[in-house]
Amino acid sequence: MSERFARGALVRVRSIHPPGHVRTPHYLRGRAGLVEAVAGHYANPEELAYGRDGLPPRALYRVRFVQAELWPDYTGAVGDTLVADLYEHWLEPAS
Amino acid sequence: MSAHPHHHPHPHQPDLEDRPYDHHQLMAEALGELLIEKGVFTADDLRRTLEAIDARSPADGAKLVARAWRDPAYKARVLADVNAAAGELGIDAGPIPIRALENTLALHNLVVCTLCSCYPRGLLGLPPDWYKARAYRSRAVREPRAVLAELGTRIPDEVEIRVHDSTADLRYLVLPLRPAGTDGLDEAALAALVTRDCLIGTAVPRSPG
Repeated sequence: MSERFARGALVRVRSIHPPGHVRTPHYLRGRAGLVEAVAGHYANPEELAYGRDGLPPRALYRVRFVQAELWPDYTGAVGDTLVADLYEHWLEPAS
Repeated sequence: MSAHPHHHPHPHQPDLEDRPYDHHQLMAEALGELLIEKGVFTADDLRRTLEAIDARSPADGAKLVARAWRDPAYKARVLADVNAAAGELGIDAGPIPIRALENTLALHNLVVCTLCSCYPRGLLGLPPDWYKARAYRSRAVREPRAVLAELGTRIPDEVEIRVHDSTADLRYLVLPLRPAGTDGLDEAALAALVTRDCLIGTAVPRSPG
């Protein structure tokens, strides 16, 4: 199975708001991060939740964000980061 | 002299049945009874499954960490695949893939699930109630240092805090730093330093004594 994004790629989380069971937290939508790792391929849980087969499997990425870019009022250290697991159909290239 | 004459009512601890069932409890009961009635599984299957879930404990995670501290080759296998490494110790961590997040002198890892309560249950058992609460789920991503400080864990600013929001198919286990002054300890003594919260990242193991 192949992946659209490689480790180190700069990606942006799609800023869309579909109804239903989605696995992409709101606070990450529209935010850019770095692909830290490809975490495998899994049946799409957004389809599995409704009794469908979730196929074809979706690539899952570990995407790393800079905390100060996620929260304008972030009070932690400048080097703090956050990693979330995001499916390929939620990501687009960021330039 | 009677120090405690019984002329007043004691506040009583309500029995489980004294509170009304909520919608989800009723639905769970009804679904379980229907599946048993239709022969999908038996009451004994259900009981044994619940018993297996309750038998999991953070002590298994602690054992794995203690072994990794003492054996660099084992640690490499933990970092590659926690489920397989747990299997080497006779621990069945279940089918959901668990990944280890290694703390270093420059990096502290913290695990949360903002969407629900994803947790490496196959290895550690059920998560604590606070892990499932909105307060932890919303604040751990937004102000992790404040949350840690309230729990008595202070991480210096020069150490990066990396929050892991487990939103999908993987579960996470923090591999904490081995505390100083533990060179002479055997595996059981090391494991005793690793509490459940150390495996979530809300605490760090303390040196003994």
